[in-house]
Amino acid sequence: MDEEYDVIVLGTGLTECILSGLLSVEGKKVLHMDRNDYYGGDSASLNLTQLYRKFRPNQDPPAELGRDRDYAVDLVPKFIIASGELTKILVHTDVTRYLEFKQIAGSFVYRDGKISKVPSTEMEALKSPLMGLFEKRRAKNFFQFLQNWRDDDPATHQGIDLDKDSMKTVYEKFGLEPGTQDFVGHAMALHLDDDYITKSARPTYDRIILYTSSMARYGKSPYIYPLYGLGELPQSFARLSAIYGGTYMLDKPVDEIVTDSNGMFVGVRSGDETVKAKQVVGDPSYFGAGKATPDGGKMRVVEEGKVVRAICILKHPIPGTEDSDSVQIIIPQNQVKRRNDIYIAMVSSTHNVCSKDVYIAIVSTIVETDKPELEIRPGLDLLGPIYDKFVSVSPLYTPTADGRADNIFITRSYDATSHFETVVEDVHEVWKRVVGKDLVLKKREVEVEQ
Amino acid sequence: MSKQYQFKLVLLGESAVGKSSLVLRFVKDQFDDYRESTIGAAFLTQTVNLDDGSTVKFEIWDTAGQERYKSLAPMYYRNANCAVVVYDITQPSSLEKARTWIRELQRQADPSIVITLCGNKSDLAARRQVTQEEAQKYAEEEGLMWGETSAKTGEGVADIFTTLAKKLPQTAPPPSSRGARGTRGGAPASGGRAGVDLNKSGNVIGTGPDGCNC
Repeated sequence: MDEEYDVIVLGTGLTECILSGLLSVEGKKVLHMDRNDYYGGDSASLNLTQLYRKFRPNQDPPAELGRDRDYAVDLVPKFIIASGELTKILVHTDVTRYLEFKQIAGSFVYRDGKISKVPSTEMEALKSPLMGLFEKRRAKNFFQFLQNWRDDDPATHQGIDLDKDSMKTVYEKFGLEPGTQDFVGHAMALHLDDDYITKSARPTYDRIILYTSSMARYGKSPYIYPLYGLGELPQSFARLSAIYGGTYMLDKPVDEIVTDSNGMFVGVRSGDETVKAKQVVGDPSYFGAGKATPDGGKMRVVEEGKVVRAICILKHPIPGTEDSDSVQIIIPQNQVKRRNDIYIAMVSSTHNVCSKDVYIAIVSTIVETDKPELEIRPGLDLLGPIYDKFVSVSPLYTPTADGRADNIFITRSYDATSHFETVVEDVHEVWKRVVGKDLVLKKREVEVEQ
Repeated sequence: MSKQYQFKLVLLGESAVGKSSLVLRFVKDQFDDYRESTIGAAFLTQTVNLDDGSTVKFEIWDTAGQERYKSLAPMYYRNANCAVVVYDITQPSSLEKARTWIRELQRQADPSIVITLCGNKSDLAARRQVTQEEAQKYAEEEGLMWGETSAKTGEGVADIFTTLAKKLPQTAPPPSSRGARGTRGGAPASGGRAGVDLNKSGNVIGTGPDGCNC
């Protein structure tokens, strides 16, 4: 540990591992440390022993759940949206050679006490039980409008300006009912609340197009998922980093972020060793998150909300999902009189994350009251009998500074969105601050070693 | 038609016992006295032709240095069909370390994994500290294959991999078994069900049930 590094990365969550991999490929000398003895930080997938150790330190996993090694239980419920930015990074860095993906079998939305498939095309919309006959016609016109939109062809605009007009204006133009707006805005555009309605329609348009193009890519749902759990993603980028010279240390306590008299980053202390580097990148937990007294007297991260997540072990598929081996279910906030949506993400042995005939569902939402567990009740109620349940409330942290002043660059916590697009946004932002230029992703020519 | 097999092989062992050198000798028939400790390839491949006309292709994963601070990812062991655990015959502590790796494999890897214990640096026999008898006895107790090699002279290197190549088709699970990683693990590479290939842009258009091929 007596060497000096360009960048020390703290925490092996997906954000940090993507950055570490890309920085190593760029030629930076990287030291990557984690206080845990496993990869993944807050975006890890745990085996049964690790899961119980984390949530029930005094209880062994029940033997009837099967072999420990068959489990990879995600801590955050996210899927990869097929046409999104994470897919681009996976392909660009060629880490796909370490990974195998399967589709998520279905995408559902809750309406009036029942769940139904989310229609994603005109054809599906016409068959969907979510709308009456007249509403179907209106929805058809709405979808056609979106699909035919060309920025450079005013004839396709039908008098709408996506940048100036609000989504409310667009809904009104096509006369969509509130229930239809719910599934368009929440189950397709994947907005977590209704704030989007009064804002410019452009971001919502982009999100619906992302959803439908992802849907069209593989067919069953817009999502794909890595076999053996989300924890494979950080591991694959860590390997990329290592192959390009990155040094890895797990199970390494990080005791202090060492700064000089001007507050500039100097190094990281672990026990009585201090490793020096020019810059440090890390997740909020290494920079005083959750501590009463801020690190080094300086408040580096602030809480901007909380997410409640319930990891549920089931012995059956979720009722009403056609026995799908994996699903997303969205409960739009209006349906249960909340401000934020409730999400359910479920995977199973098809994705090599648990024993056969076991299903792992995570119910989550943004916390609005002082009784978070009650808030996810509408989601839990859809699951049928729950074999076991692990509930956690996680604060979401964001850095107070962009890091350019002191070479301390802090990533954001994993938010309540259902996919990794905001993680990739964070990667782009941190990269720009650390390296000083935009991250440009091109498909790399694959070097084949024979 | 002659059979073609493909297997994932992982290398394990203490730093500086010659893991990368061993692979470099096997794959490229090269040796470099002052080799830096990591190599910049995701993994290397090499094919062994057997007497019966079948071929065995090894996909060889190097640790990329992640073993140094006990930071190898579970992904590394995932679906490995075989492992070569290397020690240095001049360093008794490296055999102790090899035992630790073998226990780790028995814990983490698939139970059907075929393990070879490999004593490297046989060209340094004058400084030998680990006897053949000791290593062989341990290998027999644990049901491992065993051999000695010199990545420097090439002695024994081909034997280690050829012996593995002969043994694997007899012990490997059938290609479609659960857990075999698509085209990676197991025997003849064949399209399993429902995997998606992100690199294939051909998947993009018109595969949905209502896909419009316009």
